[in-house]
Amino acid sequence: MTPAIAFRDVSFSRPGGRVVLDRFSIAIEQGIVLALVGRSGAGKTTILKLINRLLLPDAGSVVVEARDTREWNPIELRRRVGFVLQDVGLFPHMTVGKNVAVVPELEHWPEARVTARLAELLDLVGLPASQFASRWPDELSGGQRQRVGVARALAADPPVLLMDEPFGALDPLTRSELHGEFRRIQARVRKTVIIVTHDMGEAFALADRIGVLEEGRLAACDAPAAIAASTDPRVRRLLDALPAIPRP
Amino acid sequence: MSALLHFWSTHRGELATLVGQHVLLVAASTLVAVAIGVPLGIFAARRPRLASPLTTIANVVQTVPSLAMFGFLLPVPLVGGVGARAALVVLILYGLLPIVRTTIAGLRGIDPVVREAGVAMGMTDGELLRRVALPLALPSIIAGVRVAAVVGVGSATIAAAIGAGGLGEYIYRGLSMVDTTVIFAGAIPAALLALIVDGALLWTERQLTTRRRVRRSAAAIAAAVALVVATAVSGVAARRSRDVIVVGSKNFTEQLVLGELVAQSLERNGFTVDRRLNLGGTLICERALLTGDIDVYVEYTGTALTAVFHQPIANDSSQVFDTVRELYARTGRTLLPPLGFNNTFAILVRGDEARARGLKTIDDAARESPHWRAGFGYEFAERPDGFPGLARTYGFRFPGPPRVMDLTLSYRALASGQVDMIAGDATAGLIKGLDLVQLVDNRHYFPPYDAAPVARAETLLRYPGMRTALDRLAGRVSADDMRAMNYAADVEHHDITRIAASFLDQLRLR
Repeated sequence: MTPAIAFRDVSFSRPGGRVVLDRFSIAIEQGIVLALVGRSGAGKTTILKLINRLLLPDAGSVVVEARDTREWNPIELRRRVGFVLQDVGLFPHMTVGKNVAVVPELEHWPEARVTARLAELLDLVGLPASQFASRWPDELSGGQRQRVGVARALAADPPVLLMDEPFGALDPLTRSELHGEFRRIQARVRKTVIIVTHDMGEAFALADRIGVLEEGRLAACDAPAAIAASTDPRVRRLLDALPAIPRP
Repeated sequence: MSALLHFWSTHRGELATLVGQHVLLVAASTLVAVAIGVPLGIFAARRPRLASPLTTIANVVQTVPSLAMFGFLLPVPLVGGVGARAALVVLILYGLLPIVRTTIAGLRGIDPVVREAGVAMGMTDGELLRRVALPLALPSIIAGVRVAAVVGVGSATIAAAIGAGGLGEYIYRGLSMVDTTVIFAGAIPAALLALIVDGALLWTERQLTTRRRVRRSAAAIAAAVALVVATAVSGVAARRSRDVIVVGSKNFTEQLVLGELVAQSLERNGFTVDRRLNLGGTLICERALLTGDIDVYVEYTGTALTAVFHQPIANDSSQVFDTVRELYARTGRTLLPPLGFNNTFAILVRGDEARARGLKTIDDAARESPHWRAGFGYEFAERPDGFPGLARTYGFRFPGPPRVMDLTLSYRALASGQVDMIAGDATAGLIKGLDLVQLVDNRHYFPPYDAAPVARAETLLRYPGMRTALDRLAGRVSADDMRAMNYAADVEHHDITRIAASFLDQLRLR
């Protein structure tokens, strides 16, 4: 089976010349959740931006749905790739319903289809449309905003979902609640999900596969159990950073 | 107050027309300013290198006084001249600055995360602008439109100076006629209009900002209040120290020259002089002289008789002088001997036309009037001893109502052919400079306007030498002298202080 997304020897440097990715390669199968873990500045967000062509690689190629991102029309590509940002970035001048409906409306869906999709999505993320569709973003809690962000990213049923530290700004209880929600949603929608985090615990909670980034390269990429058992010092460092829970 | 209500009720039709013109001027100019300013702001917001020079240009435009702007535009083809079109151009230029500025500020103030979300969702540049950037910047843009419209209501009063109509016509007319009722008749509706426009746009802005907490409600009102307070304060601040004689003048060239002549005559006799020249019209000089804000200025006998004292006109020069001197004396002022020239109204036509058609007298002009257009200053258009009486005496039959415009601008309007006949000052330097011809008042319609200094009696008593100094000017300034000095100032652009000084030097030699 062809992978949903593949990076082949991708190099990328910032305008200042700092190397972010150095011949980075990975193949991501359809319908799995891949967590990319690494410390801040390891190039995690850059990888996401290369997938929806907010950036283009200096060398190598990024292939999405069997097509090089250079050959994709960027607008078309971005509408097939849902994006959940850490700061959510809900449009403050639109209601929750309007926020979720943005991409379907850009795609000129008929109104009845948009309304039906809206009800379905808000239901999916646990915010019933009857209660929430006409609310404004500044009336929601942080956790609710993040759910709206997920619903918005899924609105036009994109095959790929990119999540940039989506739960990073939430308190631990809400975060763990949303992890549960996420697994439940993913069990229904089966998207190819790439989730970026610096929290190894979050990766274990959500991912089918975990990729460890170190100095612009993939240090390891495996199932969670294999990662947990890894003896690679680069992986161990991240694992050891997980807080130990004191025994009573 | 009852006089004001009476004025409004007797001028109902005219008031409605002027309000309509005013609203139309402001609405049209604001709409065009939005149509130009918002795209310009959008364009500049994306190009920081362009934004700051653009704002600078808009700022510079804003600092040009509106009357000067009208003056600049007068000879410009297409956009210039007199009338509503030139007024619109000026108002649009003034409205642009706040709109461009708030458009740029509104677009730049958008949270970058929100923009990023739009791009990541696959919005094109146009979709991002229409669906995200403009709606978010809209409250800021509306705030700019509000400032532009409120400033526009104020600036539009000045448009009356070039015959564009509007409520400014009452204000100018009132200033010229020394009639506060007429001033208020225009100023009060203009102020109300500003409040209504401000309120309506503020309401719109609030409707749009209900999602955000920002409120800049009071800013425009505060600015308006500050302006009124500043005007009042500057009036009060014009208080003077003792042992200084304050010389005033009205706000046109001849008055500035006469103010200098009086001031320098006093200085040459050892007095310390404070100049309050360029006061805005007869009313202001009269009030200033009454309250003691100025001690002396040069008035014209005919103007004093009709405009200051509201007496019927008379044609005998010495009789008018005596009447006015008596009336001034009753209110603690002394009218000194006339300077020697009569600044009567001059009916003026273009020199080439006068020569081609052999026009010599006002009777000749009356014959031509059915295919002419006339342009008059506010004062002449309204005063009983102005156009109404002139039309009766000579039987003028113009096809349309006269264009009402600022007196100084009317000379150029005549020279450039926008009107065919004006009523100017007999001593105007521009008559010589623009090749205009004064027609003979063969039916002796115009009353005398002999120039004479009028001073506070109290000041004359305190400084005996003051009277002696001013009496030396009596009968020494002829109409030719005055026209030559006006010509030197208006056409040759010589410094007025120097003109007055060299004239006083000559007087000593004569």
